[in-house]
Amino acid sequence: MESLEYRECLIELIYQLADDDFLLAYRGSEWLGLAPHIEEDVAFASISQDLMGHAALYYGLLEDLGEGKVDKLTHDRSPEQFRNAILVELPNGTGTYLEDPSYDWAFTVVRNYFYTLSKKIRLDSIKKASYEPLQQIVQKISIEMSYHMMHWEVWFNQLINSTPEARRRMEEAVKTVIEELGGVFSYGRFGDRMVRLSLIESEEVLKQRWITYLNKEVAKEPLTMKQGNGRNGVHTIHLANALDTLSEVYKSVPTAEW
Amino acid sequence: MVLKEKVIEVLGSVKDPEIPVVSVVDLGMIHKVHLQEGHVSIEVMPTFSGCPALEIIKRNIEQAVESIPEVKSLTVTFIRYPIWTTDLVSERAKQELKKFGIAPPEGHVDGEWHVPCPYCGSVYTTIDNIFGPAACRSILYCKSCKNPFEAMKPVSI
Ligand SMILES: [Zn+2]
Repeated sequence: MESLEYRECLIELIYQLADDDFLLAYRGSEWLGLAPHIEEDVAFASISQDLMGHAALYYGLLEDLGEGKVDKLTHDRSPEQFRNAILVELPNGTGTYLEDPSYDWAFTVVRNYFYTLSKKIRLDSIKKASYEPLQQIVQKISIEMSYHMMHWEVWFNQLINSTPEARRRMEEAVKTVIEELGGVFSYGRFGDRMVRLSLIESEEVLKQRWITYLNKEVAKEPLTMKQGNGRNGVHTIHLANALDTLSEVYKSVPTAEW
Repeated sequence: MVLKEKVIEVLGSVKDPEIPVVSVVDLGMIHKVHLQEGHVSIEVMPTFSGCPALEIIKRNIEQAVESIPEVKSLTVTFIRYPIWTTDLVSERAKQELKKFGIAPPEGHVDGEWHVPCPYCGSVYTTIDNIFGPAACRSILYCKSCKNPFEAMKPVSI
C-alpha cells in the first residue's frame, strides 16, 4: 500500500460504499410481505439480498485491510462510526414492519432509483482508476446492479407518467429524495484527498453525470444535504433505531458462532 | 487415478443446492485446484454475491474432498477475481438445466433477451419477473404452451 494517508482514505471510501448498501438492504427487507404485489415482493427481496451481498463484499475487503471481523463491522459499531448517507437510513414511512406499517411506495421507488443511478456513477468512476482489489469487487457488483437499474427505472417511469395522483406523490417523493441526495455524492472530510489519490473522481463531476443521465425536469433542483452528513458520522435517530434492530440478535449472545 | 483427477471427480458430485442437477464444476465455479503432496486448495468463484447457497456449497465441497483418504489438508476459498459469468456454464449443464425445466443462460443483458421455452422450444416467451425465487434465476412465461418457467439470468462482463 502506497502510504498511510492512502490507506486511511481508501478505508474511509470503502466504509461509505459498504454502509450505503448495508442500510438500504435493511430498509428494503422491511418491505418484505408489504410490497404492492407478489411479483414485486419477490423482486424487491432479491434486490435487497443482492445489496446485502454487495455490502458483504466490501466488508470482506475491510476485514482484509485489518479493520476487524465482518460481523463486528456490521453489528458492533456505534451510529457515529457509520459512514452511510442519510438518504439510505431514512425510514420507509411511519410505523414499523411489525406494527402499523404505513410505508411510502413512491418514496421507495424514487430513493432506490436515484440511489442506484448514483451508485452506478460512483462504481463506474472507481472502475476507471482506484485500488485494484476494490475495482475487482466493483466489477462484480456492477453486473448485478444493472438488473436493479432496469427494475427501478421501469417503476419510476411508469409511476411518474401515470395518474395525476401518482404524479403528485412521485413529485413529492422526488423533492424529499433530492434534499438528501447530495449526501450520497459527498465523501465527507476525506473527499479532497480521495480525489487527489485517484481513488475516485470528484463529487462535482459525478453529480453532473447524474444530472446529465436523468435529463429530466426533476434534476433542476440542487442536490442537497438537509439533515447532516453521514460521511462524517452525523446521522439521524433513524440510523440508531435501524442498527438496534439489525444487531438485536447478535448483541443478545455476542460470543455465538454463526 | 492421480489425486487431482479424484478431486475433480468428487467435485462433480457437489451440486448447487438450489439446482440439484448441475455440479459446481459444470456451473464453472471452480477456478483452480492446487495440490502439493496431499495438501489441497481450491479456488471457487462465487455466482451471485448475495446467494445464500454459497456457504452450503463451500461446506459440501469440503465434505466431498475430505472424504478422499489421500487428502491431508484442504482449504476452500471464494475468490474475487476472475469473476464468474454464465459463459462458464458447460454445455452439459445447459442440457441438464433444460431437462430440469430451467432455461439455460443465453443472450445479453442490454440487447433483446430471447429465451426459448425449456418445455416446447418456442421463442414466443415473455419475461414475467427478472427476479425469481433465487438470485440466479428469472421468471418467464411461454405464450405457446402457456407454461411459466424459470431461466438462468445471463451474467456477462
Ligand atoms: Zn413452451
